Amino acid sequence: MKVTVKLFASLRKDRFAVDDFDYQEGATVGHILASLNISEEEAAIIFINARHGEPDSPLKEGDLLAIFPPVGGG
Amino acid sequence: MDKILRIDMGAAGGPKMQVESLGEYAGLGGRAMTSSVVAKEVPPFCHPLGGENKLVIAPGLLSGTGAAMSGRLSVGCKSPLTGGIKEANSGGQPAQVLARLGYGAIILEGKPQGDDLYKVIINKDGVKIEADNSLKMMTNYDLVVRMKAEYGDKIACISIGPAGEMKMQSASVACTDPELRPSRHAGRGGVGAVMGAKGVKVIVLDDTGCKARQPKDLQKFREANKKFVEGLSRHPVTGQALPAYGTNVLTNILNEAGAYPTNNFKTGQFAGAGKISGETIAELETKRGAGPTHACHRGCVIRCSGIYNDKDGNFLSKQPEYETVWAHGGHCGIDDPDAIAMLDFLDDTYGLDTIETGVAIGVAMQAGVVKYGDAQAAINLVKEIGKGTPLGRILGSGAAVTGKVFGVEKVPVVKGQAMPAYDPRAVQGIGVTYATSPMGADHTAGYSIATNILKSGGFVDPLKPEGQVALSRNLQVATAAIDSTGMCLFIAFAILDQPDTFQSLLDLLNSFYGLELTADSVTELGKKVLKTERDFNKRAGFTKEDDRLPRFFYTDPVLPHNIKFMVKDEELDSLFDW
Ligand code: SF4
Repeated sequence: MKVTVKLFASLRKDRFAVDDFDYQEGATVGHILASLNISEEEAAIIFINARHGEPDSPLKEGDLLAIFPPVGGG
Repeated sequence: MDKILRIDMGAAGGPKMQVESLGEYAGLGGRAMTSSVVAKEVPPFCHPLGGENKLVIAPGLLSGTGAAMSGRLSVGCKSPLTGGIKEANSGGQPAQVLARLGYGAIILEGKPQGDDLYKVIINKDGVKIEADNSLKMMTNYDLVVRMKAEYGDKIACISIGPAGEMKMQSASVACTDPELRPSRHAGRGGVGAVMGAKGVKVIVLDDTGCKARQPKDLQKFREANKKFVEGLSRHPVTGQALPAYGTNVLTNILNEAGAYPTNNFKTGQFAGAGKISGETIAELETKRGAGPTHACHRGCVIRCSGIYNDKDGNFLSKQPEYETVWAHGGHCGIDDPDAIAMLDFLDDTYGLDTIETGVAIGVAMQAGVVKYGDAQAAINLVKEIGKGTPLGRILGSGAAVTGKVFGVEKVPVVKGQAMPAYDPRAVQGIGVTYATSPMGADHTAGYSIATNILKSGGFVDPLKPEGQVALSRNLQVATAAIDSTGMCLFIAFAILDQPDTFQSLLDLLNSFYGLELTADSVTELGKKVLKTERDFNKRAGFTKEDDRLPRFFYTDPVLPHNIKFMVKDEELDSLFDW
């Protein structure tokens, strides 16, 4: 299945800003983090199609996954 | 910090000053000081631009000490924008300097009899007030250059630009940074108009010859400060993300969350977000020979600010904050970072609140005055405000007035104050803060984004109404307390997550003042401040109907979540029942 992955802030370093990937059916956010060598701690904020997700959230064809390190502002 | 400087600008024969002891205001700082003075001394039904209103300027409890992050200044009055009580908070050097000079507050009162414009000069030898009509309608940046030429480069300035002199409801009070740029502002609620109504253009502060304030227990104070600084650098937000990207790192997050108000709150995502994001701007700043890491006052260790150069490498503005990038950017459909930095500079130099100004322009765009996305037209509109043309005066009166003048139905304001950069339908917790804060729509008053979006201090689902009132209540109480210490609110990311860093903050206060404050006493302080402010608003005629969002947030769902604001009125009304 095809999933679009967006990375932000420091997670982009030595990786990418946005890319499409083919994952096996049933892959979770955690699988994708592992494949990108991002620890769960680093992936502090996860959105799947603009909704908060967790490392164990399942993904499906066409999902948009956005991953942020711990960040703040205001 | 054991005295108050009171200046009666309306005294017969010219301004009359008086230095008095703190009296019943002893033990108060920052927002607790400004709100207590306003609540006690300002008649709630007075006209905000009249002689009965007062402008109160107060450093925080820890300002002027060696404590890191302690240089925030509170500016309070009855707001010309909301008609309620106001505390607008600013970084920059003045809080530290004013505190070291020994003042717990400056109170400007009365109504000037003529139309002279005054400067107030405060140093270790005392206070001087002089009329200087050559400063009339001077911009903040030009004014500070002049003050530096007259009083040297050891000064810090608190000033108003042309917007304040014209008594515009979106006028700010500017504070200089360590390099003497008037780039930090007590922006919200039209506090600059009240300073203008008092006829004061600038307060020049020079603490040469004054020492840092001395703690009761120096040893303990030093230890606490060390641990506090260590805690801030250990936390990934205050230690890494804020210095690297500044507050504008939020653009991409709010956009990904579908909570980024675009084209006057029409939708929750902006196609141009990436072009104006914190990541893009930080890279651009570095490439152009400036950078994203800068302290707005000496003693700030987080350094969320930055410097934005133009394409030729010359200073254009300080790094625009997230709310500014949004108000002048996505809210208006503008995705050009250079134009946004120029708008930030113009706001700073005319002395305008960037949020109110940007939102007003977006409302004018909705009315078709100029087109969404037209950056040059937005720049021209802000210049009209600076010149005080009739159109400029309408925009400078803020979003609510602009909406009325141009017949716009959907105007994002609460208590007359423009909403900042988070859609309250897609982040229900911030909607509760917008609705109920005594300040009007103000994100900093109870920053639910931390927990709703950033997962700081736990997680409350932003798309559901449940739990939002409790979240907003706790944050509003904690914020009112932090705003009284002089600490920058961004320490909250570390103290929400790290109990030992919160303890260091308590230790700083306790060792400085010889107190035994606990977490509970801090909560009590926050509640007391909020109660004082609510009570003033009540006496000024506010009712629970004022604690509501504009109707369209209840009737028009916003994409991508297709969601309305769902927190019930009765729940909003229970926020202050504790
Ligand atoms: S963290 Fe940012 S806003 Fe706060 S004091 Fe430092 S530079 Fe100023």
